[in-house]
Amino acid sequence: MKTINFDHFAATKMRPEVKSAMEPFFIEEYGNAQSIHNLGDAPREALDKARVQAASLFNCASNEVIFTSSGSESNNLAIKGAAFARMAQGKHIIVSGIEHFSVLNAVKSLTKLGFEFTALPVDKDGFVNPDDVKNAMRKDTILVSITHASNEIGTIQNIKEISEIVHGFGSGAYMHTDANTSCGFIETDVKELGVDMLSAAPHRFYGPKGAGLFYLKKGTRIMPLIDGGVQEFGRRAGTENVAAIAGAGAACELAKNELNKRREYLLPIQKHIIDTVLSSIDEVYLNGSRTNRLPNNINFVIKYIEGESILMWLNNSGIMVASGSACTSKILKSSHVLTAIGVDAALAQGSLLISLGEDNTMEDARYFTEQLPPIVQKLREMSPLYEEAKSGK
Amino acid sequence: MPVYSEKVMDHFQHPRNVGEITDADGIGELGNPTCGDIMKIYIKVKDDKIEDVKFKTFGCGAAVATSSMVTELVKGKTLEEAEKISNAAVAEALDGLPPVKMHCSNLAADALHLAIEDYKSVKAGKGHIAKVETCDHEHEGLDELEHA
Ligand code: FES
Repeated sequence: MKTINFDHFAATKMRPEVKSAMEPFFIEEYGNAQSIHNLGDAPREALDKARVQAASLFNCASNEVIFTSSGSESNNLAIKGAAFARMAQGKHIIVSGIEHFSVLNAVKSLTKLGFEFTALPVDKDGFVNPDDVKNAMRKDTILVSITHASNEIGTIQNIKEISEIVHGFGSGAYMHTDANTSCGFIETDVKELGVDMLSAAPHRFYGPKGAGLFYLKKGTRIMPLIDGGVQEFGRRAGTENVAAIAGAGAACELAKNELNKRREYLLPIQKHIIDTVLSSIDEVYLNGSRTNRLPNNINFVIKYIEGESILMWLNNSGIMVASGSACTSKILKSSHVLTAIGVDAALAQGSLLISLGEDNTMEDARYFTEQLPPIVQKLREMSPLYEEAKSGK
Repeated sequence: MPVYSEKVMDHFQHPRNVGEITDADGIGELGNPTCGDIMKIYIKVKDDKIEDVKFKTFGCGAAVATSSMVTELVKGKTLEEAEKISNAAVAEALDGLPPVKMHCSNLAADALHLAIEDYKSVKAGKGHIAKVETCDHEHEGLDELEHA
């Protein structure tokens, strides 16, 4: 049976170009990029090249790119790094309620050290209202971190407008955006976005696991989370993962060249799935904005049934999806993003999260839309909630 | 999906005794406080034996499998035997469940016991028992911090 990956937010298949960029650095060019002798040359050049490739994707200078181990590390570096560097100026941080856990749990951890945070609400499509940012700003606000696009509902925020508010307020607060989901699929031009810091995750766009990207605007002060040597301009010590970084660079170059192509390829597939599912199954809802949305994300709630059961049946048909239901989460709580956009707990149980990638075809989309309705029917026939709803009518 | 045993997968994909019994002698319905799921078990009793049993479940793979298993375990059993079926026995009959899914088996056995209680209450002329919103087990092992 064919495996259809509709869960690209979990993993994308590395591109051959990425793999070949990495290959020399496992065995042949095993040197340490910090060595002055000849063994350090090729690894150092690889890092330089990757930095230029990432900088070109972000439209920044190459010395504004810092390599980390993951998107989560980049988010932690932004939040904790800025908080520790600027705690003399203030201890207030603003985030949205739909941030990734690497942002939310980072600010929660900081409260144990006396920091405070405001988690802004979002509307039913998942948008942060820029006026709410304005009203939440305080004299002691040192950092605002709002996700570029939600990893669950795909809603793209108006980061440019929010950045202008943050910088216009005059408290000297930094603006960070978590672009771990958006980067590689929509523009992440840091000048256009007006941000001081940005996180990106190459493994989400056909790069390798084990490397993360962090943009740090010149003059932005952060304290390193890993102290040690001079690697990454002293912002992140530790011997560089040269192979992964070389791969990350290659993935950035591909992203830069293919951004428009990717969107044009994915949009019709996304549209087919959304339109067909909404029209062929009753009591199904699309979460997130219909228009201002990542081209690779789809999030449905299907009433009266539970996500893990849907996921398991689809898995049986060779289709890999994710769900925000409580049963699928390791902590048995339904998705905080769905809760934030006002989806009630029972409804959130029927959550289905699809993330598309370049290996998906229109044929996959059609196969999925044929497989789903009978699965929904089967589970609904088994559902006491469906029975109640039907008998109530 | 390696987290579940083959038996769980079998009961999930081919659940036994799904449905409702319109003239049931006892109905047990239970909601799960941990994850918000719901299980409903119908029994038909004759000569103190569970002559027929059916279930409906809104929940995860483990919830479907444990409901299916519990109905299979009690079909044809006396009420006394059925009352003794524990959550652990259901999980064991399925060759175990991942720790995070143990609460789903609580739901299945508890719903069955409620159905028996309901039957007895009606038989004693006291009418149906009220629908129970949650099961009363401790749900441990949940981290204070959240993880994606
Ligand atoms: S029913 Fe929710 S985790 Fe099993």
